[in-house]
Amino acid sequence: MTVLVDISHRLGDFAVDASLESAGRLTALFGPSGSGKTTLINLIAGLIHPDKGRIAVDGRVLVDTDAGLFVPKHKRRIGMVFQDARLFPHMSVAGNLRYGRWFTPAAERYADFNAVVELLGIGHLLERRPAKLSGGEKQRVAIGRALLASPKLLLMDEPLASLDEARKAEILPYIERLRDETKIPIVYVSHSVAEVARLASDVVVLAQGKVVASGATGAIMQRLDLLPAEERGEGGAVLDTNVLRHDEAFGMSVLGSAAGEIRVPRLAVPMGAPVRIRVRARDVMIATEPPVGLSALNILPGTIVAVRPGMGPTVEIAIDCNGVIVLARITEQSKHTLRLRLGGKVFAVIKTVSFDSATTGAGLPVEADG
Amino acid sequence: MNWLLDLTPDEWNAVRLSIKVATVAMLASLPPGILIALVLARGRFWGKTLLNGLVHLPLILPPVVTGYLLLLTFGRRGLAGAFLAEQFGIVFSFRWTGAALACAIMGFPLMVRAIRLSVEAVDRKMEAAAGTLGANPLWVFATITLPLILPGLIAGAILSFAKAMGEFGATITFVSNIPNETQTLPSAIYTFTQVPGGDAGALRLTLISIVISMAALVASEVLAQRVGRRMDIE
Repeated sequence: MTVLVDISHRLGDFAVDASLESAGRLTALFGPSGSGKTTLINLIAGLIHPDKGRIAVDGRVLVDTDAGLFVPKHKRRIGMVFQDARLFPHMSVAGNLRYGRWFTPAAERYADFNAVVELLGIGHLLERRPAKLSGGEKQRVAIGRALLASPKLLLMDEPLASLDEARKAEILPYIERLRDETKIPIVYVSHSVAEVARLASDVVVLAQGKVVASGATGAIMQRLDLLPAEERGEGGAVLDTNVLRHDEAFGMSVLGSAAGEIRVPRLAVPMGAPVRIRVRARDVMIATEPPVGLSALNILPGTIVAVRPGMGPTVEIAIDCNGVIVLARITEQSKHTLRLRLGGKVFAVIKTVSFDSATTGAGLPVEADG
Repeated sequence: MNWLLDLTPDEWNAVRLSIKVATVAMLASLPPGILIALVLARGRFWGKTLLNGLVHLPLILPPVVTGYLLLLTFGRRGLAGAFLAEQFGIVFSFRWTGAALACAIMGFPLMVRAIRLSVEAVDRKMEAAAGTLGANPLWVFATITLPLILPGLIAGAILSFAKAMGEFGATITFVSNIPNETQTLPSAIYTFTQVPGGDAGALRLTLISIVISMAALVASEVLAQRVGRRMDIE
């Protein structure tokens, strides 16, 4: 499944002129507000007619202004989850969930009602009215409603942006399950580094209506210069690890990665479970010798592979720790004092307490301790 | 109390006729009412102000003028009247159908206003969401727009019905005051006031008129409340 977009569209003073192609499991359209991400997703959904361009999903051309082709939204079979849920107020949750199924040709219905309800944990809400749901519940129902129309592609337009942190943490695991347990490709709009790093397989970075970069999540998250100013502190390495063991005595979980063991505060996931963590560049210290008498628990040996100027009097140092790139943001002065240079052998030092739920993800709650 | 319930056959006929005329007027004006309300609420076209003015004309014109205009167009020799009589055998002049037409026209602006307000209150994003779920525009209208404007529909229908129950000027001008055919409650009351000793009859019909109008109003309140509760709009 590939999504191919090449359009130019003008909305008053604002112009979107973007070209992108993605075949990822979950492609994030990432950028600050006003960068054109929502316009782009609305164009894919068919909610907006582009001035000029072409959109194709999985080889099926949906828009081609040169050929005068525009497939209306109800014929695209593209699911959409809106920021404001948009549940139908005059129907129960079950009615909302079953709405799209009606319009799906029988032969193309692959979504199973019970499976989707179970996946999203909304079985106890079926009889309720949307007005009686919390923000997080509404969003889960909205995801279910889109899924049950058996879409070929699922678009999510900042589905967590209007929720508080607790509600976000409630929904993120469900989106992860959606990504891992269904075959539907997802295009996910977000301005949050935390969400993108945790969910995306691929990232397309947008700024002022243009694509400025695209690629695998790990590579993009290292490019601190691409991140919006207010989110720059959140940037860093994205590491795919799995839980080696839990250290109950000290309330920690030990994660295994190619770079070595990483200790983080206790995660509510079973042993062996995959966990994607983000190591903020500003949380990484650099030592030129194996540190002794240091409180930080994570010390990863590696080699400096890149030194880039950062924001203000800082530098960004990329360290290759056994094939995994860890990014550190340190001061110009430290770099000078430690005489850091390309190829130098160093140790990346990360405090366990610098990991929080935003960088490790709480994971789905489990009944018994793994 | 006997004098109150002891209606003469002519009086009963007036009551029955009024209810029939008002019901037909209300039901017949619903489809065009919804259409015009949708067009006025959402359409963007040249002449919208003109259409809006035309719809509201019966509200501001003297009812006699509206009735006379109806007579000119839908009378036997009127352009529309002659055509309809020849082609479809539909005759309005001096028939109860003419009374229904006059009542429908007089109540139309009230109905359109009520429906238009509720159409304008519909969140069009809901309709867009339904579209992404595969519903074509007709289905979106039937399953999303129509249920969401239901309170406005009920209000508009009841207003039209109540207006029809009370319509006098246009009706009497267009279809006259023929017992058993076009003599609705207001015309019957008017007739009673014109003859000596007609006071009791006038009062009886007046009370009945009040009861019917109040019942319609209460029914609409109850209906609207029930719909509102079912929808649980925040």
